[in-house]
Amino acid sequence: MSHADSHAAHPKHLAHHFSDSVQQAESAKLGMWIFLLTEILLFGGLFCAYAVFRAWNHEMFYSAHKFLDVTLGSINTVVLITSSVTMALSIHAMQLGKKKQTLILLAVTLLLAAIFLVVKYFEYSHKFHLGQLPGKYYTFTGVPGDNPHIFFSVYFAMTGLHGLHVLGGMGAIIWMMVRTAKNSFSPEYYTPLELTGLYWHLVDLIWIFLFPLLYLIG
Amino acid sequence: MYDNESERNYLNTPRGWKSWLFTLDHKRIGLMYLIAMAAAFLLGGILATLVRLELLTPGRDIMGAETYNQIFTLHGAVMIFLFIIPSIPAALGNFILPQMLGAKDVAFPRLNLASWYIYVLGSLFAVYSIWTSAIDTGWTFYTPYSTDSTKSVISMTLGVFILGFSSIFTGMNFIVTIHKLRLPGQKWFELPLFVWGLYATAIIQVLATPVLSITLVLLIIEKAGGVGIFDPAMGGDPVLFQHFFWFYSHPAVYIMILPGMGIISEVISVFSRKKIFGYKAIAFSSIAIAFIGFLVWGHHMFVSTQSSLAAVIFSFLTFMNAIPSGVKIFNWMATMYKGHIKLETPMLYAFSFLFLFTIGGLTGIFLGVIATDIHLHDTYFVVAHFHYVMVGGTVMAFLAGIHYWWPKMFGKMYNEFWARIACLIIFIGFNFTFFTQFILGTKGMPRRYYTYLDQYQPLHAFSSVGSWILGLGFIIMAVYLIHSLFKGEKAGRNPWGALTLEWTSPIPPPPENFDKDPVLNHGPYDYDKVVMERDIDKVKMGSVSR
Repeated sequence: MSHADSHAAHPKHLAHHFSDSVQQAESAKLGMWIFLLTEILLFGGLFCAYAVFRAWNHEMFYSAHKFLDVTLGSINTVVLITSSVTMALSIHAMQLGKKKQTLILLAVTLLLAAIFLVVKYFEYSHKFHLGQLPGKYYTFTGVPGDNPHIFFSVYFAMTGLHGLHVLGGMGAIIWMMVRTAKNSFSPEYYTPLELTGLYWHLVDLIWIFLFPLLYLIG
Repeated sequence: MYDNESERNYLNTPRGWKSWLFTLDHKRIGLMYLIAMAAAFLLGGILATLVRLELLTPGRDIMGAETYNQIFTLHGAVMIFLFIIPSIPAALGNFILPQMLGAKDVAFPRLNLASWYIYVLGSLFAVYSIWTSAIDTGWTFYTPYSTDSTKSVISMTLGVFILGFSSIFTGMNFIVTIHKLRLPGQKWFELPLFVWGLYATAIIQVLATPVLSITLVLLIIEKAGGVGIFDPAMGGDPVLFQHFFWFYSHPAVYIMILPGMGIISEVISVFSRKKIFGYKAIAFSSIAIAFIGFLVWGHHMFVSTQSSLAAVIFSFLTFMNAIPSGVKIFNWMATMYKGHIKLETPMLYAFSFLFLFTIGGLTGIFLGVIATDIHLHDTYFVVAHFHYVMVGGTVMAFLAGIHYWWPKMFGKMYNEFWARIACLIIFIGFNFTFFTQFILGTKGMPRRYYTYLDQYQPLHAFSSVGSWILGLGFIIMAVYLIHSLFKGEKAGRNPWGALTLEWTSPIPPPPENFDKDPVLNHGPYDYDKVVMERDIDKVKMGSVSR
């Protein structure tokens, strides 16, 4: 387009419709925060369903939650919190212009995310094996109380949706690694990395709510 | 075709179909939305005509009960999810918003294009489910209808789920654009009111749509996986679905009306040549409607085992929401008072809006009264009410906007005479069709039935004839609008004498929106100031010559 030449002084990462890098970075961050808000409302529906069913089936929820493995849940909580730390550190490393350190920290974050999913896989397959499945597939008989499958419906819906978000986050982290390796980022421009970090912290935060609500019912 | 540089505009630069399909220009994306939505409106309109045709006589006319259920469901789903929710924000908002802010584009152009493709993908799912086995649950997908139905509920709800992302992306884009891409020095209270309307709309799109998404996900896993969350036989709760659904879908009616109210604010001020009355009241009432709109969903469930305390609270909040709507109506009236009113087509639609939306809004109050609602619930009164709000409100505002910004979009004028005729026919046809339905409803005609008692026949026939008049009006509109594209008179830069920024650029605008850097010399509605300055200039010139 003919107006491009008038913006020749702009840095490469700056889109034509922004007047400067600050405006672009602020817009991107505001957009990400709004997106995170939509994520909270998405999970909000499930938290709401959880609250309704737990209020109605208080004792059944208590007996059913004993079949979740608190040890594995705790390990996963620690794993995710650690991954949030490494994610934050990777952004810090890029602010200092340390490309190699950024890559290593992102790789560690990715590894921790994978560990989380592997642990989740073992938890899930154990439940599949016992027939602690949602709704009409529920065949387990060990939980006293009415409709114990509801607990597992809620459990699988919440942790399943969270697991999908972990997968999505892993995709984003891989993409960030590629872009870091290709020198797209610098101490002046690392907005996508920062946005990935914001998203990753939210995924972590949601798990921090899921863990006590599902594993630690008192 | 265009040799000289001044003719270079967003429609012809760059050229070729690829430059359209991969465009990041908000104006082209807005136009692509407009075309897609015109198709959806045509489909929904044909379905509506079929519904009215079946209801011409009590017995079976052209379809059986089952087909009828499918047709009215599809009419509702297509009109709501494919047409009216995206209509004003995604088409007109996309086109106009950055220009009103003096910006080159929306904040996230690629996300904007993605939202259009997501919209098309969602629409394909919807059309696919019409093609295979049309759903028959009503557009509300209530459980257990939807969970027991053998029709293509999953593909339809998946389509709506996908469409939700398109809506969220548009909302995100607009919020960030309004916050960050305003012209330096353009203060919040100097924004055109259409921008305020879009802002309030975007807040609802962002906050309410994810709840619909999760509801539809739960519905899909309920149907496909039998998780039992909405199934009372398995300890689930079908009313929970209704709560979830209306938590989105009531705010969604404000997604439909708020941008329309923004258009009306523009049109009334411009065609009255008068500063808008109560600017801040109109701006804040948009935000108030968006906010209170989140707290009224329970009025859809007065008869669905809701506690009477909850019902009373929801009823009260419903009345509350009428206040900001009333504030707007009175401010528009006050704007016109002693104005130089010009009855051009956009203003005629604005008048239709005022008249019809007031009826629609007031009958909404009737339905917010618990005792009245129990009598009128699920009757044609409800059908008439929401058609007065959605067609009489949103569609009239949409048409006002289309006619108002048509010269901006295409650089051509439409035939004013035929435009006025079409507006009149649409107004008459609309009232024929739907006013009768208020009467039908109070007499007890239930909605969603394909047959009825003989006593309702005259009114039903009246309503069906009205739908043909309405259809005729839209056909005339289609003809003169298409005619204007090819043979229309060339429009001037600012044909209506408006003061907002988008009218300061060439017509149609160049790809980068403005030919020279936009400058704010006055507020969006400062007719008093602008006219006075012009007069002072005249006086000065007079004194010089003397």
